[in-house]
Amino acid sequence: MKKYLLKRFVMSIITLWAIVTITFFLMHAIPGNPFAKEGKMPPVVYENLQKKYGLDKPLYQQYLIYLGNLIRGDFGDSMKSRVETVNDMIERGFPVSARLGAQALVFALVFGPALGAMAALYQNKIPDYISMIVAIIGISVPSFVMGTFLIQFVAKNIGFFPIGGWGEFKHTILPSFALGLMPLATMARLMRSSMLEVLNQDYIKTAKSKGLTKFAVIMKHAVRNAILPVVSVLGITISNLLVGSFVIEKIFGIPGLGMFFVKSIGNRDYTLIMGTTVFYALILILMLLLVDITYMLVDPRIRLTEEGH
Amino acid sequence: MENILEVKNLQVSFKTFFGEVEAVRDISFTVGKKETVAIVGESGCGKSVTASSIMQLLPMPPAFYKGGQILFKGEDIVTKTEKEMQDIRGSKISMVFQDPMTSLNPTMKIGKQIVEGLIKHQKLSKNEAHKKAIEMLKLVAVPQPEKRVNQYPHEFSGGMRQRVMIALAMVANPELLIADEPTTALDVTVQAQILDLMKELQDKLNMSIILITHDLGVVADMSDKVIVMYAGQIVEQGSVNDIFKNPMHPYTIKLLASVPRLNMKRDESLHYIEGTPPDLYIPPKGCAFFDRCDYAMKVCKDHMPNPEYHNEEHYSRCWLNHPLAVDVRREGSVE
Amino acid sequence: MTELTKEMFERASEEQRNAEKIRRPSIKYWPDVWRRLKQNKLAMVGLTLIILITIMAIIGPMISGYTYYEQDYSNINVKPNSEFWFGTDELGRDLFTRTWYGARYSLLIGILAAAIDFTIGILYGGIAGVSSRRVDSIMMRIAEVIYSIPYLLVVILMSVVFSSQGSGTSLFVIILAMTITDWVPMAILVRGQVLQLKEAEYSLASESLGADQGWILRKHIIPNTLGPILVNVTLTIPRAIFAEATLGFLGLGLQAPKSSLGTLANDGLAGMAVGLTYQIIFPALLISLIMFSFNVLGDGLRDALDPRLRK
Repeated sequence: MKKYLLKRFVMSIITLWAIVTITFFLMHAIPGNPFAKEGKMPPVVYENLQKKYGLDKPLYQQYLIYLGNLIRGDFGDSMKSRVETVNDMIERGFPVSARLGAQALVFALVFGPALGAMAALYQNKIPDYISMIVAIIGISVPSFVMGTFLIQFVAKNIGFFPIGGWGEFKHTILPSFALGLMPLATMARLMRSSMLEVLNQDYIKTAKSKGLTKFAVIMKHAVRNAILPVVSVLGITISNLLVGSFVIEKIFGIPGLGMFFVKSIGNRDYTLIMGTTVFYALILILMLLLVDITYMLVDPRIRLTEEGH
Repeated sequence: MENILEVKNLQVSFKTFFGEVEAVRDISFTVGKKETVAIVGESGCGKSVTASSIMQLLPMPPAFYKGGQILFKGEDIVTKTEKEMQDIRGSKISMVFQDPMTSLNPTMKIGKQIVEGLIKHQKLSKNEAHKKAIEMLKLVAVPQPEKRVNQYPHEFSGGMRQRVMIALAMVANPELLIADEPTTALDVTVQAQILDLMKELQDKLNMSIILITHDLGVVADMSDKVIVMYAGQIVEQGSVNDIFKNPMHPYTIKLLASVPRLNMKRDESLHYIEGTPPDLYIPPKGCAFFDRCDYAMKVCKDHMPNPEYHNEEHYSRCWLNHPLAVDVRREGSVE
Repeated sequence: MTELTKEMFERASEEQRNAEKIRRPSIKYWPDVWRRLKQNKLAMVGLTLIILITIMAIIGPMISGYTYYEQDYSNINVKPNSEFWFGTDELGRDLFTRTWYGARYSLLIGILAAAIDFTIGILYGGIAGVSSRRVDSIMMRIAEVIYSIPYLLVVILMSVVFSSQGSGTSLFVIILAMTITDWVPMAILVRGQVLQLKEAEYSLASESLGADQGWILRKHIIPNTLGPILVNVTLTIPRAIFAEATLGFLGLGLQAPKSSLGTLANDGLAGMAVGLTYQIIFPALLISLIMFSFNVLGDGLRDALDPRLRK
């Protein structure tokens, strides 16, 4: 078990490093200079700005300095904002995004597998058709479409739901729903096919032959095994959730990290772009590691083998 | 001998997309107390369906009981509700399945799987259950039971898993054990061990056994009575002596001949039965073995032979038994 | 009960016995897959929609009478009517034309991305499969790291970097960004199949079967391999279209007026805020329909190829 964990940890670090490096070199591959938009400025000011952001040093030196800063937790100063550092902005935006993401995830996790399991148990009957229609809609309608749809037809008509913004719980309902629908649908479909496969397994027959109630067979034997594939895609799900949040935050005007990110893209604020990207990557990789650990806890076969497969 | 199970004219079919498949077409047999009854036949002959139907373990659509009765200690299984069956399964009648690699829940500890049923039937406490699990592992000769009881199926070998399956089936002292090809998926050496184990337990617990298999070697070793099935019907039935010493049905004879023996001559090729069993969507009107039988006669095609008793227990369904078949019988010298 | 006569007890001839054998027609693989797919009504709906949308994408801009870039300031923000079937946008351009033109791009991007994923995947996976265990192992590790980099994140980053200030991203960059990490699942799939093939050949050799048998088995294994790959390709398309639409929605898509559906939806967002809902509905609806169709078709294909579901 420990060997597996170690391997995953090392892979995570490597991936994180890869992302940081790619991001860094991408940012610096952009032609032109980041201050061009500021308009004409006296050469002295320009030189000072260059110095301040270390842009006068050779590239590899900049890279190492950046890495060093990162390890110390310093994401640098924003190039556009005079007042805040990137760290400040992250601190402001992250809790908001985290809440949105967490709510969406919980929503998807609670209803997704449940819907899928039900569809499998009542295969080809009404609950199956309804669940699968919901699921198909969920994976086909992109989150931003769903988001705009919700704003247009729900928020505008039902006073209870605010059209945008953030602050109270009711602000979070529609965005969480829009963000979480796709993962919900994916998990529901996955759970359904997984359950169908599991229900055909021999050990289900064994369980029945012991005289257990249908409920016990379903919960302790079927679901327990069917949920494994769902857990294994949790990583990708969270990854998608993350990016989906950019879009949702934009539509609903939610002041989260995603909004900063999108704005920084428009502004070409490179330190902010890098900072948020690296931060996102960090969070993501942390989540993936957690998912791996969860999967290990849930599937006893993984615990004892050395290979991760 | 008192009969623990009486199957009377059982008919089980499956509703499928293409029509009705008659998997079990009117079979009757009994199982006495402490008796071991073997059901032999090729894959698809209906023996597994029979076994599962005794415990109502068939998926009920598409399967359905077309007719007949299954009397377990006088009560008809066919008419019992699911709830009633849940009381019987695991406590009065138990089953051991064919493939030990897939018959255990990979995410549940062995100990728990063994006593799960017992906890439900007898409402044991966690402690008592745990102790019982270890006891059962000892009973089926799994080494280091205290350690093993907390392990998972993938930590056990095939033979060990089958022992666990047996422990699982026996834990509530069932009166009838149905073993569906219990040794087919195991190595030959392990097979012998498992069979011995079953015999031992049968003795200790006064249990009846229905042994489903296609391996006649296993049959000879363990059974008292042998039922030969083909295409959903019983073509011959009798004591183990009758069947092995005096087989009457051409199918039975061929089955016996196809068992490889140590004393075969070197250039003797392996005997096998050509052809395949018929499709049961459109069951044949006459004898189902017609197209593969060396002694096939015109009458066999459209007319179903009735059981002919050779002694009190031994009967076979074959037109060769009819007096008018005297010539053909002499020609072929049915052994 | 009919009378039993002595002649009935004569031996039956060979022909009489053989007549009993009911032979099921041997079924060829791909026609059978197609037959099963046809039975799946939802998948057929998807397929039909794809065909319809593709046709419209081709002829739509041609039949409307307008181009996608003509700006007509006297007809700004006109609601759908008989002249402008989908209405016009803020610069007076006909949205019907622009929408179907956008559909062209979305479909093109989806198919191109899938094709590239397919190619890279087959090459990489094939090479990994036939290589030594060490090389295979290293290749797979690299693939793993690449795959764990968030797909959309990379797409967005690259678009940011390679798009000129203010205007959109070039088609080339978009496709490049999308395929950089997305080929991995295909590669893993192909590698798995190649490994299976290797094993099958090995056991074939050791069983001293004639070369004839080997060829026949290859006839079974290759179709077996192509199936999952085909499903993967079909499901890659909506993923790519979704990614591109997201890009467009974040303002990183193709440069206007050659907008894709995502960009159009983004433009329409502003319109929706002032009550011009139609500006976003058509592109949004079209994106959803395209994704729905491909997903459902991919599902149907997967089911049709699954041997366990044979009826």
